[in-house]
Amino acid sequence: MSTDAVLRVRNLSVGFRIPGGSMQAVDAISFDLRHGETLGLVGESGSGKTLTSLALLRLLESPPAEFSADHVTFEGRDLQSLPEAEMADLRGARLSMIFQEPMTSLNPLMSIGRQIDEPLVRHLGLNHRAARHRTLELLARVGIPRPEAAAQSYPHQLSGGMRQRVMIAIALACRPAVLIADEPTTALDVTIQAQILELLRELQDELGTAILLITHDLAVIAEAAHRVAVMYAGRIVETGPVAQLFRAPLHPYTEGLLRSIPRIARIREAELPEIPGVVPAPGTLPPGCAFAARCAFAAPKCIAERPTLAPTGTDREVACWNPRNG
Amino acid sequence: MADLLEIHGLRTHFPVLSKLLRRRIGTVRAVDGVDLSVRPGAVLGVVGESGSGKTTLGKTILRLIEPTDGSITFEGRDITHLPPADMLALRARMQIVFQDPMSSLNPRMTIGRILAAPFEIHRVAKGTDLKDRVADLLRLVGLPAEAAHRYPHEFSGGQRQRVGIARALALRPALIIGDEPVSALDVSIQAQILNLLKRLQAEMGLTYILISHNLGVVSHICDEVAVMYLGRVVERGTREAIFFDPKHPYTEALLAAVPMPDPGTRRAHIPLTGDVPSPAHPPTGCAFHPRCPKAMPRCAIEAPRPATFAGGHVVACHLHAE
Repeated sequence: MSTDAVLRVRNLSVGFRIPGGSMQAVDAISFDLRHGETLGLVGESGSGKTLTSLALLRLLESPPAEFSADHVTFEGRDLQSLPEAEMADLRGARLSMIFQEPMTSLNPLMSIGRQIDEPLVRHLGLNHRAARHRTLELLARVGIPRPEAAAQSYPHQLSGGMRQRVMIAIALACRPAVLIADEPTTALDVTIQAQILELLRELQDELGTAILLITHDLAVIAEAAHRVAVMYAGRIVETGPVAQLFRAPLHPYTEGLLRSIPRIARIREAELPEIPGVVPAPGTLPPGCAFAARCAFAAPKCIAERPTLAPTGTDREVACWNPRNG
Repeated sequence: MADLLEIHGLRTHFPVLSKLLRRRIGTVRAVDGVDLSVRPGAVLGVVGESGSGKTTLGKTILRLIEPTDGSITFEGRDITHLPPADMLALRARMQIVFQDPMSSLNPRMTIGRILAAPFEIHRVAKGTDLKDRVADLLRLVGLPAEAAHRYPHEFSGGQRQRVGIARALALRPALIIGDEPVSALDVSIQAQILNLLKRLQAEMGLTYILISHNLGVVSHICDEVAVMYLGRVVERGTREAIFFDPKHPYTEALLAAVPMPDPGTRRAHIPLTGDVPSPAHPPTGCAFHPRCPKAMPRCAIEAPRPATFAGGHVVACHLHAE
């Protein structure tokens, strides 16, 4: 894994115009996705992680969405200024994606085989016979039994796990440099989740694809990501390599989140440590740190002044005036 | 002490009807011969993947779905065939909390009216007494008194689940069945609700059946655990037995598949291939045998009988005969 970035995001913001003003859902976030790595983007509902992925792919309708960034550089090109036709050439080819519910991403009226043929014809210029040959290889590669029969079938005839395998086959058909995976295993049972995460890991090793793994599940991050960025209320509050961040979280929110997960342990805690309160509603963020109202370590400065994400230690960043374990 | 709830040979089957003439062409065996018992004050976890029948089991116990066969004994009384009029009185004693409070709370009713409904239906309170009881319920689950005047959509998911719990507690039930009560919640809110459920259980002497696919949640709150696969309980026992001395290969595989929020703790990986088969066409013999890494020829032919080991640890697997 080299350390140069295949996707570089600087001060990306996504807002929505609402009656009487605008609401900032993603608030000037910056991160790098490095060649061949899996970067986990983790956060609770409303943290802005899905909007981030949709903004990167330019899949948000604008208006109502408004986005801005200093730059979003993918393989040396700024995605913001790219004409839509060139963006469409990238999407599904060099820059690919899978979503939580494959049933809503797959076309219910088109056979599985044709849906995988499509990007091969569209992006790689294969003829139909060559595309189908490659489709059957891909179906076998993602672990679908009897690829010929599967290619003839329709999405509703497959289980959730099989449908997600089909999505992965489509997404990886053109050997993308970057795969954005938004909650790819959230709708699946744990035994199927384990299979899908394993498959993504193998394919990443084979193709060198960098994965932006978006999830609410810290356990999935621990298992599948190399580095992690933690989002809270539209901002990235902490980043770092998975092992270090989980062992010694710097931001009190990360620490609280990790402690509140019920673990399978011989001796159980009488009470789970809670994070009191709820995430502030978008548009009601305080001037300072968005987490200050729920933070046990908040000082007057935290309420008044917003901390910026700043490097600390080896390969870590935190946005906090009073970091933990620091 | 006698068990609060005893289930014997419980089956809930659904007909599969043909598209055109609605003729019966098959049967989904959602719950297919379940034996369980719950002591008063205990928390039983029911775990399993989608299609294992855990939700149908919960609804059948409450007779929200009618059983096909078997018996349900609650507080010493056989309720399997109780007529609807008697069921109403019984519902005060056994309640359910659903996964998604938004779809189980009437959006057109204030929280106050939602919480008053159980008292009105069972004619136990009215007037100022009713108002006081609603206020007590709100306090019990940690909601402000003014919540009574607001509507479900004005609350967050965690607060709505508190309303769902308050409603279930209204008539002081003995048993609460929680069907994935924290699955729709964010992890920081999930911890708040789990702590609330635990505190209420201790304070009110409640008995819970917690249906969940989240093994971390189950290990945190349950005293006993039943593992379901395709409508049957394949293993049950104490929390310690199921999580730290599992005997059934399915339980082992399920535990191995749970991702841990601790990087580097690579567990022995037991690869479980394939999907859960359809409960309309369950495999012969042991239903788990097509996916079982330890399957023997016998497993395809003969369904294993449950064998009981020390500490009431019950396993239905040919590898573990008595």
